[in-house]
Amino acid sequence: MKESRAPFYILVLILLCVGIGLTWYRHVTWQIPWLPGEKQEVWSVEARVEFTGTGQPVMASLAIPESQSGFEKLNEFTASPGYGLAYQTKNGVRRAEWSVRSAQGNQVLYYRAEFVVNDNLVVPQAPPPISGSRLLMGDGPQITVARSMLERARQRSADVFTLTRELIREFNSEDEAVALLQQYGEREEWLVALLQEAGIRAREVAVLELEDGRRRSQLSDYLQIFSGERYMLIDPQTSTEEDSLDLLMWEYRSQPVLDIVGGVNSRLSFSVIEQERPVSDIVQQRSEAFSKVMDFSIHLLPLSEQTLFKGILLIPIGVLVVCLLRILIGIKTAGTFMPVLIAIAFIQTTLITGLVGFVLIVGVGLLIRGYLSQLNLLLVARISTVIITVIMLISMLAVLSYQLGLSEGLKISFFPMIILSWTIERMSILWEEEGGKEVFMQVGGSLLTAVITYALMMNEYIQHLTFNFLGLQLVIMAFVLLLGTYTGYRVLELHRFYALVKRK
Amino acid sequence: MGSMWSPLEWVQRYRELSEMGILGMNRRNHGYISRYNDRSLYPLVDNKLLTKELALEFKLSTPELIGVIDNQHDVRGFDRMVAGHKGFCIKPAKGSGGKGILVILEVDGNRYRRSNGEWLTSSDLQRHISNILAGLFSLGGAMDAAMIEALLNPSSSLTDYSFQGVPDIRVIVFRGIPVMAMVRLACASSGGKANLHQGAIGVGVDIKTGKAINAVQREKRITQHPDTGAALADLVIPQWETLLRLACACHEISGLGYLGVDLVIDEIAGPTLLELNARPGLSIQIANDAGLLPRLRRVEKIKRPELMSVEEKLAFAATHFARPSLIESPPTESV
Repeated sequence: MKESRAPFYILVLILLCVGIGLTWYRHVTWQIPWLPGEKQEVWSVEARVEFTGTGQPVMASLAIPESQSGFEKLNEFTASPGYGLAYQTKNGVRRAEWSVRSAQGNQVLYYRAEFVVNDNLVVPQAPPPISGSRLLMGDGPQITVARSMLERARQRSADVFTLTRELIREFNSEDEAVALLQQYGEREEWLVALLQEAGIRAREVAVLELEDGRRRSQLSDYLQIFSGERYMLIDPQTSTEEDSLDLLMWEYRSQPVLDIVGGVNSRLSFSVIEQERPVSDIVQQRSEAFSKVMDFSIHLLPLSEQTLFKGILLIPIGVLVVCLLRILIGIKTAGTFMPVLIAIAFIQTTLITGLVGFVLIVGVGLLIRGYLSQLNLLLVARISTVIITVIMLISMLAVLSYQLGLSEGLKISFFPMIILSWTIERMSILWEEEGGKEVFMQVGGSLLTAVITYALMMNEYIQHLTFNFLGLQLVIMAFVLLLGTYTGYRVLELHRFYALVKRK
Repeated sequence: MGSMWSPLEWVQRYRELSEMGILGMNRRNHGYISRYNDRSLYPLVDNKLLTKELALEFKLSTPELIGVIDNQHDVRGFDRMVAGHKGFCIKPAKGSGGKGILVILEVDGNRYRRSNGEWLTSSDLQRHISNILAGLFSLGGAMDAAMIEALLNPSSSLTDYSFQGVPDIRVIVFRGIPVMAMVRLACASSGGKANLHQGAIGVGVDIKTGKAINAVQREKRITQHPDTGAALADLVIPQWETLLRLACACHEISGLGYLGVDLVIDEIAGPTLLELNARPGLSIQIANDAGLLPRLRRVEKIKRPELMSVEEKLAFAATHFARPSLIESPPTESV
């Protein structure tokens, strides 16, 4: 006996593990919080490209940021009336390209992207290859000066970061040398060239400083220094390592930020807005944008179907309640899962309307059924009559309550009419066979179960969990399976058989 | 009252019931019914017609079958079918828990007197039969047939104990061994019904002697039949050993390991099989003031009970399950 139970417990264990694992996976990879109503920081950044058209065909190519460590790209939009837009991918780098046959006068193009702050997101980036810079080619006084600055910095440094810091400090203190160097190239270009010479993988990146409400801001040039897998952003002026949490790298593939053919006076400006967005919206957008087959999620369905599934995924909660109440408590209900259907109807009707409606329909239905029993009808015909009566009753209640100005009454039509008719029929027979007490017990038990189920199904937390974590269905299944092996007493049996103990 | 709401009280109750070996619904379903009763055998007991055929094949005594109505067309012929019978009983072949059973004690022209004294017309009975055919009383609402059986002749030794109808004896047979028995006595307050929760009297019967050992009505101990005043301590089931043999035989023919056998004592035919039950209820424990579990466990210790002869089985039951009577003799009226 004992051995044969092992596969069962293994099954339950597998269900629990897989269920909890899936749930955890979704929590981690999709950033779905355990509690509903949580909000996340979203940065909405907008690039505004302005230029003057010359009547020639225009091709404007803008570097666009992708998801990067700390920032997850949610979506992107462009606004550019009259322009054709294509996202071109060349050498693995995606750019927005606008084109138009002919443009005259002032032209404005917009590109907007939204980024979610995601501290756990790590996007590894390929460090740039080490290559000799044109600045250090050949010989000349500027090269000797630059190399000696690097040498001095190297002597005062211990690692990649300190070397960079000391080199920037050299540039800040040696004004004369810097003046010489600047005749040949920009400070950032020199820094990258020298760091590359020292064997450090570094590049210039164009960075947008994230500050809520900024408009007409510009990109700043930063140094991106790679140290193994990690990288850091260093301000080339102050040599401080910047907290990358408020810096969004806009262009980091050593390409021009903006490239316009056929336009003049081009200007590029940025605006930044910070928003707090409910996590559910973010999850929705995320799944629309990046759906993969493996990421099995209700969010991939059209919105109307999602609402439907929101209800369907709650049914197992009701089923679990019925299992608990019947197996552990021993409550009698009219029809095993009828209370779950009633609870679903309650969700549509709201509780009080639902309760009143249920009692009215079943009560009047029983009266009418009492009359029908005298007509000597066949069972199927009789139940059909009850169904039609119930439908007429519901219609009458709806119209009546609407006339009285109670729009609540309209919702009564959500009751499962066929189920109700069967309930009326069985309760009527039960009344004849076992008396009214048993009818009240069963109807009361059903209503109690339905109300408990309703309360749980309406719970915001439970709705959030069942809708977002499909893995929980497996956990519920495991619990139901375990309940199926409970052989102890039901609570009501403790009462029923207590007379035996009391007599002792 | 306060203690009733304390969790400790319920833990205590749980422990006490456990110690008494009371069998609960969950354990009955899980540990006994689903383990010892093969599902494929259920139709034999769920359909009383099949049970009856089987019983006839093995020459077990059952009530005489007046007729079977299995389609709506034949319902009209009902009056002709019962013509000449003084009383009869209409049963759904697939009914459960006594649902849909209608006992007619007296026929007067086209009026029929029901066991609770109510007079019914022929069309009342025909509607009842229509309901049976449509499956109102059957498990899962399946189409059903109505059986019409002749009434039994109540055993004279038990008439004092019954307000209406015939006392109904229930024996739990586990793996072929009778483990517990009770008699259900209808009374006025139960409306002629023999179900304990409707107020019928449950009398536990000693498995060795067939003597009453305990009697309860609505969970209270009683010593006398509330309607007839008969002392329940003196109740002895006649032909007890024959009855037990019949119960054991029912295990053989049905193949069910955990079986409830419902019997009556007919004045002429002796112990007669009414029906078999693959899911016998638990209130027999209340009637006996004893838990089923210790007895079931005792029987589970036997490795091959099918090798025991009926005599050995009865001897085993008599040795292990016999109990002295707990009923105080009347006139100690107060309880």
